[in-house]
Amino acid sequence: MEHRYPPLVVGGHEFASRLITGTGAMTSLAMLRESLVASGTSLTTVAIRRFDPRASVGLFDLLQELKLVVLPNTAGCYSAREAVTTARLAAEALGTDLVKVEVIADDTSLLPDPMETLRATEELAGAGFRVMAYLSDDPILARRAEQAGASAVMPLGSPIGSGLGILNPYNIGMIAENARVPVILDAGVGTASDAALAMELGCSGVLVASAVNRAEDPPRMAAAISAAVEAGYLARGAGRIAKRTQALATSPGEGMPELL
Amino acid sequence: MSAELALTVNGKPATAREGSNLAQFAEELGLPPRGVAIALDGEIVPRSQWAFTLVTKGCAIEVVSIAAGG
Repeated sequence: MEHRYPPLVVGGHEFASRLITGTGAMTSLAMLRESLVASGTSLTTVAIRRFDPRASVGLFDLLQELKLVVLPNTAGCYSAREAVTTARLAAEALGTDLVKVEVIADDTSLLPDPMETLRATEELAGAGFRVMAYLSDDPILARRAEQAGASAVMPLGSPIGSGLGILNPYNIGMIAENARVPVILDAGVGTASDAALAMELGCSGVLVASAVNRAEDPPRMAAAISAAVEAGYLARGAGRIAKRTQALATSPGEGMPELL
Repeated sequence: MSAELALTVNGKPATAREGSNLAQFAEELGLPPRGVAIALDGEIVPRSQWAFTLVTKGCAIEVVSIAAGG
C-alpha cells in the first residue's frame, strides 16, 4: 500500500505505515487478516502468553504471511521486573529487539504505572531493546521516558478500550512538540477523526486496537483510520489557520451591487 | 525403559524421560520450530542452549508464544 507520507522510523526500524495495529479482541483470525490488510499497517502488536498450539501458531503464521513486523508488548505486567522478563521472552521467541513496554497499575483503569514503566524502559533500553513506552499523557513523563532511553513514546489519548479519543490535546501537542523520538498516540482512539487529530497535533503515528477490532465492520474502520492518519499528516504539514473568536469573511465587502 | 521425571509445563503436571534435554522435550511437546521461548525455573533458556540443558525432576517449565492482544 502506498502512503502519502514518509516512513516512520523507530530505533532504526523503518515502517512504511504510520498506523500500528493491535491484534486483540478480534472475533476471528479471518477477520483479523482482513482488517490488517485493510489497515495497510506495517507493524502490529501482540501479547506474550503461555503457548497454546491452537491460537499461537495460527496468529504467528498469519503475521508471517502478511509480512508484518511484530511488536511484542508487555500487556498484563504490573511491575518492571515482569515486563523485563516478558520482553526477554519475546525477544527469544521472535528474534526482535522491539518491545512495547506496557506496565499497568491496576486492572480496572488499565492506566500505566509511570514509575514501573520508567524502570522497565531504562533497563530494557540499556540492554539494547528498542523500547516503545506506553505512557499517560504527561509531557514530563514523556521526557523522562525519552531520557530513560525509549525509542518512541506512546502517550494515551484516553484509557485503553474507552474510545473517548484524545482527552487532553494540549498535552499530546506538547509531547509531540518537545519529543526527539517519535510520538505514537496509543489507546483511546474511537474512530477516524481521533487518529486524524493525533496526527494534526504532531504525532508521528497512531496505534489502534479496539477502535478497529470492536467496530461493527472492522476492515472498513481499519481503512477509515488508515486514511485519517494520512489526512492528519497532510493537514499538519499544510499549516492550519489560527483559531479566531470572531468570523472573518472570505468574500470581498467591496463591489456589492445596489439591490434595494 | 528409562525412568520418567515429574515436572510442570505451564503450571500443569507433565512427565519427561530421565536424562532428556530441553530440545528433546520440546520435540515431545510438539513445539513449533519458531515463535516460542522457554523459561526453566524462571530462567530464560535460549533455543541455542536447549540441547545442552537437562530437564530435571520437579522443574517448572514455562513455554510462551505470541497471543492476540494489545
